[in-house]
Amino acid sequence: MTETTELQELVGRQYQHGFVTDIESETVPPGLDEDVVRLISRKKGEPDFLLQWRLKALRHWFTLREPHWAHAQYPAIDYQSISYYSAPKVKTDGPKSLEDVDPKLLETYAKLGVPLHERARLAGVAVDAVFDSVSVATTFKERLSAAGVIFCSFSDAVRNHPALIEQYLGSVVPVADNFYAALNSAVFTDGSFVYVPKGVRCPMELSTYFRINAANTGQFERTLIIADADSHVSYLEGCTAPMRDENQLHAAVVELVALDNAFIKYSTVQNWYPGDERGVGGIYNFVTKRGECRGRASHISWTQVETGSAITWKYPSCVLRGEGSIGEFYSVATVNNYQQADTGTKMIHIGKDTRSTIVSKGISAGHGQNSYRGLVKILPSAHGARNFTQCDSLLMGGSCGAHTFPYIEVKNPTATVEHEASTSKISEDQLFYCQQRGIATEDAVNMIVSGFCKSVFKELPMEFAVEAQNLLAVSLEGAVG
Amino acid sequence: MLIVEDLHVAVGTTQVLKGLNLTVPTGEVHAIMGPNGSGKSTLSYVLAGRPGYTVTAGKVSFDGQDLLVLAPEERARSGLFLGFQYPVEIPGVNNVYLLKAALNAARRQRGLPEVDAFEFLGLVREKMKLMQMPETFLSRGVNEGFSGGEKKRNEILQMLVLEPRLAILDETDSGLDIDALKVVATGVNSLRGADRSFVLVTHYQRLLDHIVPDKVHVLAGGRILRSGDYTLAHELERRGYDWVVSEAA
Repeated sequence: MTETTELQELVGRQYQHGFVTDIESETVPPGLDEDVVRLISRKKGEPDFLLQWRLKALRHWFTLREPHWAHAQYPAIDYQSISYYSAPKVKTDGPKSLEDVDPKLLETYAKLGVPLHERARLAGVAVDAVFDSVSVATTFKERLSAAGVIFCSFSDAVRNHPALIEQYLGSVVPVADNFYAALNSAVFTDGSFVYVPKGVRCPMELSTYFRINAANTGQFERTLIIADADSHVSYLEGCTAPMRDENQLHAAVVELVALDNAFIKYSTVQNWYPGDERGVGGIYNFVTKRGECRGRASHISWTQVETGSAITWKYPSCVLRGEGSIGEFYSVATVNNYQQADTGTKMIHIGKDTRSTIVSKGISAGHGQNSYRGLVKILPSAHGARNFTQCDSLLMGGSCGAHTFPYIEVKNPTATVEHEASTSKISEDQLFYCQQRGIATEDAVNMIVSGFCKSVFKELPMEFAVEAQNLLAVSLEGAVG
Repeated sequence: MLIVEDLHVAVGTTQVLKGLNLTVPTGEVHAIMGPNGSGKSTLSYVLAGRPGYTVTAGKVSFDGQDLLVLAPEERARSGLFLGFQYPVEIPGVNNVYLLKAALNAARRQRGLPEVDAFEFLGLVREKMKLMQMPETFLSRGVNEGFSGGEKKRNEILQMLVLEPRLAILDETDSGLDIDALKVVATGVNSLRGADRSFVLVTHYQRLLDHIVPDKVHVLAGGRILRSGDYTLAHELERRGYDWVVSEAA
């Protein structure tokens, strides 16, 4: 058999997370109008300023048209056929213990290295009935509150810290920013909120996993992270689990604010359901993520590993306003079968001596289409700004595509902007070399792909890096072997 | 150990090997010499199982088993090693990581426990010393940014660690200066033994001054045209290949 055929077979192997979980939930009828937004706001007991903010977003959204500039093809979405509020029924409706859960599912989690508690939660087990995770979560809460860090669900933050919400919500991604951000602003149901006070180094990595009570955040989540002066926080967002949402559209918004000397590290491993091998089904992942380095010498670093979703449309960006502030973007995006990814970043240099680094690794297999789209914008005020961009694509098989759309706008002559790009294939030479050393094709491919992604993986927190590698292996499983 | 009978191999529509016979007994070192385009590299690749080389007739047995039905990685794990003429770069994959995975794949096959990182590092350091390779080799990517000579040394290092039953070295001497050639020869000679065989594919007699073969074969036009002892290499060096070809015709 030639290796091209082997590649095709591996590419063609089935997505191993393609299971369905029946979770009963309370869902409002499809459709979107002001009444639905009022209902969401009322269900969540929100203050009036937030309702007004949502309504403003909705009214603006009605004036917008769905954007189609991304290098992705899909039929128009009927937004009136989507239900915008869905809350899972009480947890006790789920399986009572791990024994009740499909062993195959648990196997998959084990393969991904998901911790045991997490596996149970993902499988919909009523966690606190089985494990002592309530006390685990409490311990974390105590440590965090001793340090003065606020880490809670967005709904809790609205209830308990409305002043912070009112001050910062929409200050990085305004309601009118884009179609999906406006939609999210109108209908978001929950998400995460983090506030790290002045001078505090957050004592642990924050992750959505530890925020067990707010696990089921739905497909329009909203995240807001504020790092006050001289603070430091690392946040992990794991979508390592198969998707069980009934809807296809996932439109989240993440806003980060870094004040003087603050550092925010935001890591994502995204593995929503990508659709089947014929491209049927899967999540449309249309996400707006932006951080603002508002203070001097502030620093925001995005790291993302994107392996899931039928279509990914996201550009985690940095607005470098503070003098000497730093923005970073490290990305691995993988497409297999009929997945399409149009992802990259925007680095907006406003302040003097601002610096940005972009490292993007795109992997395309099967019939996947992978686009890097990045904007580096140096405004007239950004004296001495510097950017370095490296953008590499790896192709597996002959039916996939890799595309690069770099946009560079320099309005200040003292700026330095560098862009490097490469496209390569996993060569038969590399595969054969590994095989000749006794390494099975699939392991060889994983090895080669991991090597290709090394400069991004090393930016991930340790335990996440392992998970990301496993995930990559699973999502390309069948892509070589 | 290796018995090749009437081997016919095509690459695409071109017949490259046309009835090749070769027997390499256990413990012997055989040199295959021949002009460019005679099929030397094809022989190496087909024995290692590289895709794209179609066996149209003949058979190959290795340690008594049919070699041609095995996948490339199975051949490797049963102790067949190919030292590549042009070792490929694999960026970002650590040199030692690959080697450890290779060694453990072979050990699993033999029912031996896997070596741990500590043991492995000890082993590699010892072999690196023999190959006069600096510590920095440990942390570099597979052949990444290696010079031609470094790549060849790295191949021999891998061979020393993996301790194959049969090592096929495809033009390992090409592109080496005399000092590097000696180091490579030292590595190969250190592994010679009663239970191991070597096939050295080379253009030049120079390598054979340092690794003295038990037999020399001349491969031309897809067949072994003449076999002899070490002195045949000298004769070839002196007279070239044409006389062998015309005598055989």
